[in-house]
Parts: sequence; structure tokens; C-alpha cells
Amino acid sequence: MTDPFLEITELRALLDSRKCTASELCEDHLDRIARLNPQVGCFLAVHEDAARAAAKAADKRISHGESAPLLGIPIAHKDLFCTKGEVTTCGSKILEGWRAPYDATVVQRLADAGAVVLGKCNMDEFAMGSSNENSAYGPVGNPWDLSCVTGGSSGGSAASVAAGLTVASTGTDTGGSIRQPASLCGVTGIRPTYGRVSRFGMIAFASSLDQAGPITRSALDAALMLRTIAGFDPKDSTCSERGVEDLDEMILEAGALPEGTLRVGLPREYFDSLGSAAYENALDEARRGFERLNVEFVEVSLPSTHAAIPAYYVLASSEASSNLSRFDGVRYGHRSPDAPSLAELYRNSRSEAFGAEVKRRILTGTYCLSYGYYDAYYKKAMRVRRVIRDEFARAFGEVDLLMTPSSPGVAFKRGELASDHIAMYQQDCFTTPASLAGQPSLSIPCGFDQGLPLGMQLIGPHFSDALLLTLAHAYQQVTDWHKQRPSI
Amino acid sequence: MADQGPAKKALDIAYLSRLAALQFEGAEQDRAREDLTRIINMIEAMRAVDTEGIEPLAHPAHALQRLRRDVISENPDPQALQSGAPSAREGFYLVPRVVD
Repeated sequence: MTDPFLEITELRALLDSRKCTASELCEDHLDRIARLNPQVGCFLAVHEDAARAAAKAADKRISHGESAPLLGIPIAHKDLFCTKGEVTTCGSKILEGWRAPYDATVVQRLADAGAVVLGKCNMDEFAMGSSNENSAYGPVGNPWDLSCVTGGSSGGSAASVAAGLTVASTGTDTGGSIRQPASLCGVTGIRPTYGRVSRFGMIAFASSLDQAGPITRSALDAALMLRTIAGFDPKDSTCSERGVEDLDEMILEAGALPEGTLRVGLPREYFDSLGSAAYENALDEARRGFERLNVEFVEVSLPSTHAAIPAYYVLASSEASSNLSRFDGVRYGHRSPDAPSLAELYRNSRSEAFGAEVKRRILTGTYCLSYGYYDAYYKKAMRVRRVIRDEFARAFGEVDLLMTPSSPGVAFKRGELASDHIAMYQQDCFTTPASLAGQPSLSIPCGFDQGLPLGMQLIGPHFSDALLLTLAHAYQQVTDWHKQRPSI
Repeated sequence: MADQGPAKKALDIAYLSRLAALQFEGAEQDRAREDLTRIINMIEAMRAVDTEGIEPLAHPAHALQRLRRDVISENPDPQALQSGAPSAREGFYLVPRVVD
């Protein structure tokens, strides 16, 4: 059996030198999923037949001398991406059993690259959550301690990589849904610049914030995945026409690093509100590690950071209340059997099948957009959003990147925050500011506290994804936090 | 200067749930009111940011919204698109009678 914790580049070498085949790799992962998924709960669907067929096709291409970065590599998709002919639930009962009529662009590009899709990953319903406990199909256990949460909403995607059930996975990030679970599960996750990756075929939560990205074991693996899924797509009018760099090559050659010393800002507001001494120590140690890499640290200020969570919950909930109006029991998904009139059909179908958190967000968004409150809440939040974006822009006039904690602490116990939704919302306090501003940002492992992983967030100027990954890769060359494995 | 926000009024959950096409009954309605009140109180913290003269920002992308050329680029298959519908016939979605 192949080591289940190898990185894409290590597996590429094994596949190209015929030391293992894509089919063997696929079977090893399917076996491991069958054995461990009942405990972890990170997969909602396993596509055994399709995975075996894709692995066989990859072996044929490899036997003809073909080599491509992701050819034959086992991956998994967050169940928010439409996969043609396969069930896509978005973690919701309202889409139980629904089969998408087309592939998301991200899904299509990874299939074209020869990746072997093992299945679909669990997630918070409609990506609304920070613990994966809002999934209609049950929570996911953190591979480092199954009694703890994985973070969310891409909790299944992060746990599947951390547990060695897949090599890489796709996730989406609206307010932190890639970075926070990556942090809590001890893996690498990048939220690319808004517009870097097509949103076509992603089930929309908040369209001005949603962005897809990879969750992997290393920054180099993330670069390989991002390079494949990024780039212009005519099917998404917000997708950038800007060309995609050869991210992995740039990283290996350190091509994205500026000449001379790299200046990294430490936003005082993030560190002032961090209430964990162990986390502070881990970030101090990381900083000392970076200083050996010719990185200089300076303190910066992002004064409106405290307003990011409030503004985010106005904007994301408002967009969600509009986006989720499409789930009406008519065109797809659950239809209430109790529907004597059209109005009751809408109301009953939605009330029966949406979970509590989704209803809460729809109600919040409806309130913020309702007559008499639009200016006071929605417009105000849009103004705060500009202030936050301008503060980032000013900071990036002084520094190349920012370094912050990814989350307020390590993974918390399942059920601990389930009844306090405001405390749950605060879990994203360090990730929502970059989301609002559209900045690229990533989380990489930087230490442990009480046996659970800690994550460091790097935030960059728009389209500095390569620079972020380059610095993360450089860090991972001199540290081994990302190489640690849970004893699952 | 920090703004004061709208005058506080009791939350009308029945009205909001009608707008949202959701139903909350009995204790659910009280719970929804309580939850929404807490969320609104949390949201109020953004009023501390001085936004006088600041233009609202709807979208983080710098580029202007791109328009496609007005040509047919896809040939959708209505049958495939309707295959997931709870009730469809002859290309139409079926709903309860709207007009008597």
C-alpha cells in the first residue's frame, strides 16, 4: 500500500517511474475511505466506479509516456460543485438526490487534467458554518481528535486531506471556509484572489464573496491544483481575463519573490484580539523562521478589522437571501407534499428542507434588504466594505504581504458552540476581512496546541497568489509542521 | 461620525418570514426573533466605522462587468435541465393551480 500522506509531487515521481499505478493508488484510497470514513464522516458520496475508470484511463496515458502534474492523482470535491450525473447536495436536504446536469468549470478542468475524483465531501449546508455541524448529513470529525470539529464550511474537504483519504480536495471560501478548516485540520488551503477561479457550477451562497480554491498537504501541491483550476472562463462574468502564471514553477524558482528583503506586515488588531498564548508563541516562532529567509516584519494597522464580521453578516446574508430564493420546490430539489397553493408550495418546501442556520441567514438577509432598512444595513455594510478594502490597499503600500493567525484558536469540541451562533460567527474574525476585500489569502500549519494544529494566515495584494504560495513553500522547506500526521 | 442606525422597532417575524417564503410557528417564531435580535445587535458594531462620504462597494473586483457578445454559445438540453424537477411535463414545470 502506498503511503497515504504523500504529496502530489511525490506521487507524480512514483507514477512516472512506474513504482505504482494510478489504479493501485485509487484502490488504496478507496480502501482507506471504506475503513475510516464511517468514523470521520468527510465523504458524502464515494464514486468508486467512476474513480476506477478515471484511474485506468490515467494509467493508459502514463503508459504512453504522458506526464502531467495531476494525471492519476486522487482528489475529492466539496459537495457544492456540480458534478454531471452525480448527486450534488450542497450539504442540504433540499437538494437530496439531485443530480447536476453539467460539471462546474473547476470539476471540468481537474477532470481534463487527469485527476481521479474519489467522491464528494461533506460541508456545512450551503457553506454556512464554521464547524461543519450544519451539514444535513451529519458532522465531520477532526482527524486529530474526532471529538473536535473540523471547522467549516469546507470541513469534509479539509478532513479528507488531513486523514489521508485523498491527496487534495477542492473547497470554497466565502468568509473563511477554506482557510479556517485548513487551519483546524493542519493542512494547507488557499482562497485565491476573487475572480481568479471560475464560479460556474458552484452553488451560490454570496456571489460577491464566493471563491473556489484547493486544500492540500503543501503550498506546492496547492500551486499545482490552483494552476489547473484558475483562469478565464466565459461562463462566469466575474472571472478575470488575466493570464495564469506557472505557479508551481515560479514557486520552485522563487520567481514571485521581490528583489531584496520581503516586507511582511503584522496587523496589530489581529494580534491584540488573539487570546491564546500558545498561538502567539507559534506565530513568534514562525516569524523567527521567516527572518532567516530574508523577511522583515513591521507592525501595521487595519483599524476597521472589528467591523468585518458585522459587515460580512449583512452582505453575505443579504446575497444569500436572494441566491437561495431559487430553491422553491419547482425547478429542482425538495417539493413539499403539502402544497395546495403556489405560495404554500414555496413556503412549505423551503421550511421543511432548509436547516436552522440557513433559515437564520435568509431571515437576516431579508431583514437587511427590507423596506426602511436597506440603507441602514446593506448600504452601510457596503461602505464599511470599501473602508476595509482601502485599509488593505494602504497596508500593501507599505508591505508586500500580511501575516496573521488563521482562527482564534485550535479546533473546539463538537457541540461546544452549536447553541451560540454569534460565538460561532466570531470564529471567522481573522478570515472575513480579506474575503470582503477580495484579497488572496492562505492558511498553512505553524504549530500545535494541546495536540491540535494551529494555522498561520498570509494575505496579499490582489493577484499576488503566486507570492503567497512562494513564501508558504519557502516556510515549508525549513519547517515540518505540514508533514505531521494524525494518528488515525 | 458614527451613525445611530435606524430607530429600534419590534421585529415583525411574521412579515419577514412572508418576504422570505419561510414559515416559523409557535416557539419557532420566538426563537427566530431572539436569534435575529442577537444578530442585529452584533451587526450594529459596524456603525462605529465612520463612512461619511464613502461610496458603497458592492463587489471587490476592479474590472468592470464584462458583457458577452450577443450570440448563441450553448445549446441547452431542456430535458436534461428539467430531469431534476419535482414535477415537469412536456417541457413545463407543474405547480398548483394559480388561476381558478
